[in-house]
Amino acid sequence: MSDPARNPETQGAAGGASPSMRHESAPLHVSGSAVYIDDLPEPRGLLHVVPGLSTKAHARLVSVDLDAVRAVPGVVCVLTAADIPGENQVSPVGRQDEPLLAEGEVSFYGQPIFAVVAETRGIARRAARLARIIYEERPAVLTIAQAREAGSALVWRPLVMSRGDVEAGLAAAPRRLSGQVTVGGQEHFYLEGQAALAQPGEAGEMQLWSSTQHPTETQHMVAHCLAVPSSLVTVEVRRMGGAFGGKETQANTPACLAALAAHRIGRAAKIRLDRDDDMLMTGKRHDFVVEYDVGFDDEGRILAVDMVLAARCGWSADLSGPVVDRALFHADNAYFYPDVRLRGEPLKTNTQSNTAYRGFGGPQGIVAAERVIEEIAFATGLDPLDVRLRNVYGTGTRNVTPYHMTVEDSISADIMTQLALTCEYRKRRQALREANRSSPYIRRGIALTPVKFGISFTATHYNQAGALVHVYTDGSVQVNHGGTEMGQGLHTKMVQIVLREFGLREEKVRITATTTGKVPNTSATAASSGADLNGMAVLDAVHKIKARLVKFAAEQWNVSERSVQFLPEGVQVGGQCIAFQDLTKAAYYARVSLSANGFYKTPKISWNAETGRGRPFYYFAYGAACAEVAVDLLTGENRIERVDILHDAGLSLNPAIDIGQIEGGFVQGAGWLTMEELVWDEAGHLRTHAPSTYKIPACSDRPRIFNVALLEGAPNREATIFRSKAVGEPPFVHGVAVLHAISDALASLTAYQTCPRLDAPATPEQILRTAQRLRQQAAH
Amino acid sequence: MRHSIRFYLGSVRHEISGVSPTTTVLDWLRDACRRTGTKEGCNEGDCGACAVLVVRLEGEQLVWRAVNACIQFLWMLDGAQIFTVEDLRSPDGALHPVQQAMVDQHGSQCGFCTPGFVMSMVAYCKTPGASMAEGAINDALAGNLCRCTGYAPIVRAMKQVLATPETAQGIQAEQALAESIKTRLKTLQGDQTAEIAGAEGRITLPASADALAAAYLAAPDATLVAGATDVGLWVTKGLRALPHLIGIGQVPDLRRIEHTPEGLWLGAGVTWAEARPALAALLPDAGEVIRRIGSTQVRNAGTVCGNIGNGSPIGDGPPVLIAAGAVLRLRRGDTRRSLPLEEYFLAYGKQDRQPGEFIEAVVIPVPHPATVFRAYKVSKRFDQDISAVLGAFAFIPDGEGRITRARIAFGGMAATPKRARAAEAALEGQFWTEATLHAAQTALQAEFAPISDMRSSAWYRQTVAGNLLTRLFAETGPHSAGTETRLAGWKGEAYV
Ligand SMILES: Cc1cc2nc3c(=O)[nH]c(=O)nc-3n(C[C@H](O)[C@H](O)[C@H](O)COP(=O)(O)OP(=O)(O)OC[C@H]3O[C@@H](n4cnc5c(N)ncnc54)[C@H](O)[C@@H]3O)c2cc1C
Ligand code: FES
Ligand code: FES
Repeated sequence: MSDPARNPETQGAAGGASPSMRHESAPLHVSGSAVYIDDLPEPRGLLHVVPGLSTKAHARLVSVDLDAVRAVPGVVCVLTAADIPGENQVSPVGRQDEPLLAEGEVSFYGQPIFAVVAETRGIARRAARLARIIYEERPAVLTIAQAREAGSALVWRPLVMSRGDVEAGLAAAPRRLSGQVTVGGQEHFYLEGQAALAQPGEAGEMQLWSSTQHPTETQHMVAHCLAVPSSLVTVEVRRMGGAFGGKETQANTPACLAALAAHRIGRAAKIRLDRDDDMLMTGKRHDFVVEYDVGFDDEGRILAVDMVLAARCGWSADLSGPVVDRALFHADNAYFYPDVRLRGEPLKTNTQSNTAYRGFGGPQGIVAAERVIEEIAFATGLDPLDVRLRNVYGTGTRNVTPYHMTVEDSISADIMTQLALTCEYRKRRQALREANRSSPYIRRGIALTPVKFGISFTATHYNQAGALVHVYTDGSVQVNHGGTEMGQGLHTKMVQIVLREFGLREEKVRITATTTGKVPNTSATAASSGADLNGMAVLDAVHKIKARLVKFAAEQWNVSERSVQFLPEGVQVGGQCIAFQDLTKAAYYARVSLSANGFYKTPKISWNAETGRGRPFYYFAYGAACAEVAVDLLTGENRIERVDILHDAGLSLNPAIDIGQIEGGFVQGAGWLTMEELVWDEAGHLRTHAPSTYKIPACSDRPRIFNVALLEGAPNREATIFRSKAVGEPPFVHGVAVLHAISDALASLTAYQTCPRLDAPATPEQILRTAQRLRQQAAH
Repeated sequence: MRHSIRFYLGSVRHEISGVSPTTTVLDWLRDACRRTGTKEGCNEGDCGACAVLVVRLEGEQLVWRAVNACIQFLWMLDGAQIFTVEDLRSPDGALHPVQQAMVDQHGSQCGFCTPGFVMSMVAYCKTPGASMAEGAINDALAGNLCRCTGYAPIVRAMKQVLATPETAQGIQAEQALAESIKTRLKTLQGDQTAEIAGAEGRITLPASADALAAAYLAAPDATLVAGATDVGLWVTKGLRALPHLIGIGQVPDLRRIEHTPEGLWLGAGVTWAEARPALAALLPDAGEVIRRIGSTQVRNAGTVCGNIGNGSPIGDGPPVLIAAGAVLRLRRGDTRRSLPLEEYFLAYGKQDRQPGEFIEAVVIPVPHPATVFRAYKVSKRFDQDISAVLGAFAFIPDGEGRITRARIAFGGMAATPKRARAAEAALEGQFWTEATLHAAQTALQAEFAPISDMRSSAWYRQTVAGNLLTRLFAETGPHSAGTETRLAGWKGEAYV
């Protein structure tokens, strides 16, 4: 593997707004002193909470006998639905379909029925297994196919997007084909499992430390469960040990259970889910079955697309509505569909309630779009890259999405063309095809796929953020904002903004834990929007303080406001340079406020789900990836041999962090589409509920050659924070190139005549099955 | 007789009596010592977030190993020096070079996996002959999962450390540290059997194989623990109470790796990490399979004989060793017997072992120079995954090229590790031709009926088992030259 010869420092200078500062917590991370929930000093008398889970996928609870659980020495109490003073409800979307603890019936294998509160976690874990529960089983609907067959309910209104006349378009198209693609789900596998610590205070107060991406929602849920106003509940999170969407809503249940225990007993209570319980209880990425019908011409131009995107949503709505919506929003990926209809089908099943996961349905939609491209390539005999290039959104025409938003800056063709050149896609493709002919067992394939990803929450009201910045009289600065740090480097970027604006050195600026007590009514840190939203809010707060300081300095030293500048050397005030702390101290004595809050809301956006029209996204982030793989035709084993990525992060706020997001996102995306497989048995029991059975990529699974570059000189057209672009989710999609490269390798079995229709995840078994099917096809 | 366990954590000596048999090192570190730098990511040995460094004095040599603290029992530290991430900074607070490299290369994102990586990296740096080769680094880090970074920056950090020459000052500090560790560890040496009893049960740490034989005969219901990479999970996941454990991992006369007239002798205390070079020298492909058993941390603790003792149908050791013709040495009190390894596995969960009897060693005969030996592990993920199927094959071509003494064994294909007798018979006495291959494949299909589970379907197992014969043919048959046949191992560094 060659290390790309790149220096983040110079990249930052060339294309970015500021250089590649290391992660603000890096020295703490490496020395084990970064504090996560379970590392916090434990309050005196701390109790431990362990949930008791359903072992049936769908059943009436005939009796729940917890006597044996209560009888274990050290068990303080066992919580059931009856112990909840407020609402037994944690639906994040107001659906009232997600009880915190099961009442009367259970709807999936793994659903919490009760929670043991004990003096130690070990006692609670052992006691939880002693419950005697009698179930009366009901028919369980587990899969998309079963849900459709059973006419299962939908957990959300099914969105329809359409433009033009799809029926007519399909009928008129010279060529037409239809098919189906299956895309698997994905466990988040954040390394730090769900955890929360609740500490009761006076007058009904409850302080929580929760590993949550959405402190405000956790606060609301706890308040509802305890029947207290939100003002009594404070939720704090310094950092999460990974989240990826899995702690956007899924952190609420653990937090509520800890709060409930603390509330009931009047002592602090902690919950830290065992990995197996975590994987059994919490929702995952939605798996999808997408049916497509496409009309096109001999030149590979798409004329009409009709798709139905069905998702396994699990037992409750959770965020499935917006997730399936986002799959529709991305079922075009980077391509223009002249006549189009996209329909979502969010199916209710007796499985974990699927939830947010990096990309939020978008990647699933993109997998479907890319399958359509692949089908057309095989049908026309064109290189899939040419089909892609012929169908990308135009810049003046052919630029309206299925949701009637105009793509103003389509750069997909440029990015793909540039990447294809630098990674020598066409030459290598030719060479691999040659080599495959004389290699009976190991075949290689290559694919180059684009991503166009819409940035903004599609729930428009979520696109707001707050910040609170304090400058102290010694010139040190404390930054708070509504976003949460889960490893993505958000806090680092926020610190960089403050450093840049005040001209300060790193040690002068401290970012604190995110807490609902400092910045209220925040949105989840999700949808890649953390830096976009909070960055602008931080900037707003800083600008307010700066404006006051400028005004003060101008008056004090009798210079024009314009001649006051915050520079690394100090604050330039007319001809003299004043140390920042001297200025702040002087300002304090002059009774100037050195604290300000900031606020931001994203302009221009709107979305109407009823009409399927609007501008849900402020802008798009672009990129492309080229992957080369080797596949063993005897076993289906496979390896990623080389990956080249060119990605658009606008003017990167921090090139090193952004490249880290791209490398990490790619590997996670490739894992999703290859080795990561969720397996439920017929009883609805998830059998892959630990890392022993659920395999995320390990060190040797990263590409042998891995070249990642940021698109240079590409400022965001929109006025985002320093013209940067969001970078959390889009690079996840680059993993799609691996699926297509494997497919390309398999296509060699039919001399590249048949679309392999390789479904995801492309596990060794899936690959072997596909290879067998292709061999049979070739024989006929 | 001793009634406490003794070890060093950092520079502090701990002597603990009444320790629970099942308290893990991780829980003790986090709960009792408040050393929260060591993380729990899975509590089953799969993620490496809990990796710590264990140092032992072997002869005059200090041996540094990373192990997963979540599935090591506290008493297993007896006689050792342990370091956690908190011990790495130098006294002046400066970061350890590995920590600094991780900062420089942006090797942490959420940071939760980071302490574990740092410990594995430090352990790798202490490995004699640690190389910059990608494959070697991958192996060193295979037991540490990171969900954020995609590993690239961590490998860059590893290379930064390896590429930076140590300063004279650094070398001096290392040597001083080594000397002080040696001095400390010598104070823990002794030849007494230890017996530690507490409220939750007792632990016997026999000082010799004879003491073990006597202790186990007297308490045949006790549980033997070698590396605890299986037993640990009975506790952390099965929540089993184990009232009496007999620790055999540090019994000196069970730690022998010896070339005897019968072959390579691997004592019951020999770990996979220790066995690998010796086995790889005999049978390169066995070395390649071992490279993929668990991870570095798992192989540093888990033993070859524990793998056999566990009796799992999906254990990787048994099929490889059966194909190699290994013989099991069992001992009960003073009675010893030998058994071809394949005869040890009677049925699912049932082995040919009497109460009070234990495995003393497994002996692998030195292969005939003409032996053809291949072993193929097939799993969903290359590294640190349990096999869906493992096929191991041995035969000796006679002077004319006919196959003789064929031994084929599979894991994952039946309720026990099992020889493919029908396939062997189909090969026996035949020239190695396509026709022979097909005959063996047909025989193989008839003699196994594997199950479907979360790792793979019966169809996959059955198909792959047959295909592994194809691979064997492709690698060892008449047209084998120049054909690429497998992906395991990195290009140019494949197997060995
Ligand atoms: C993360 C992880 C990954 C793993 N990956 C693999 C893998 O890839 N392939 C694989 O095969 N295994 C794997 N294992 C399983 C395990 O590591 C091996 O089986 C290992 O060899 C067990 O050895 P041990 O010394 O740790 O056994 P222990 O856990 O100490 O003991 C295992 C069993 O053997 C018995 N036993 C131990 N010693 C003796 C003896 N001398 N006589 C009689 N009985 C004895 C014990 O009583 C117990 O029943 C993995 C385990 C983990 C945690
Ligand atoms: S916690 Fe995962 S290996 Fe120990
Ligand atoms: S940095 Fe988050 S898991 Fe590795």
